[in-house]
Amino acid sequence: MSDADCEKCEELLQGYLDRDLKPEEVAVAEGHLNGCQYCRRRYRFEAQLRRYIRTSASERMPAGLMAKLSELRGGTADGL
Amino acid sequence: MSESGATEPEEDAGRRIAIDARERVRFEEEALGLADQVYRVARRMVGTREEAEELVQDTYARAFRSWKSFTPGTNMRAWLLRILTNLNTDRGRKIQRTPDQQPLEESDYYLANRLAAVEGEQALEQEQVVERLSQGGVVNALAELPHDFRDVVVLVDLGEFSYADAAQILDIPIGTVMSRLHRGRRILKKTLAEESLT
Repeated sequence: MSDADCEKCEELLQGYLDRDLKPEEVAVAEGHLNGCQYCRRRYRFEAQLRRYIRTSASERMPAGLMAKLSELRGGTADGL
Repeated sequence: MSESGATEPEEDAGRRIAIDARERVRFEEEALGLADQVYRVARRMVGTREEAEELVQDTYARAFRSWKSFTPGTNMRAWLLRILTNLNTDRGRKIQRTPDQQPLEESDYYLANRLAAVEGEQALEQEQVVERLSQGGVVNALAELPHDFRDVVVLVDLGEFSYADAAQILDIPIGTVMSRLHRGRRILKKTLAEESLT
């Protein structure tokens, strides 16, 4: 594995995680990841990090907001 | 139009009104069902919970007023977020200016490399290695992103919108979404490394 291969893998990895690579790029990324522990560790880390960012930054709607939003409705379910 | 009965057009109009009313109620219920997801995205686009609540309320007020411009069967969550980001941009332009100097990002592996340097290469194998970073650190790092980058990162990485949906919501080309996303994520990782690993 050359450094150039790892650099190429690093370049492809975000698109790979986003499932946004062309099939031939997927083959390059997966071929490299299979044989390179250094990049495989970083791939796993990036996948974990994505999930962690999503859960850490996700905050539920405050209690009470739904009632305020419902008051903004113009339509009415009555009489239908 | 038939001339035989004067009441027919009135009946038609009555039916239309009833159908409209039903569609409107259905629209409003679907929109309210998405409120929590809309709030979660809004919350990270602005600084405080109060601002997020206000922004979501303004969004729903506008959505309920212009419900007829929504095409049934299309992505309502994206439609609501489009309204929300427009409203946010209107506010943002008044109170927030993009800094002239964008932060410099490091490479994609930067955070993993820093973590490996501090904890050892083996640490990257651990299941919960990301918990070495604090949750508050993630929230702060997102808040510190310049808003052009933040909007894209929040829509794609938190809202789980596709590049194409994010492009439509923000009214920017898909290539711009991709470049802001990639740069935004790198800046985020650099900030996380600086905040959590020093």
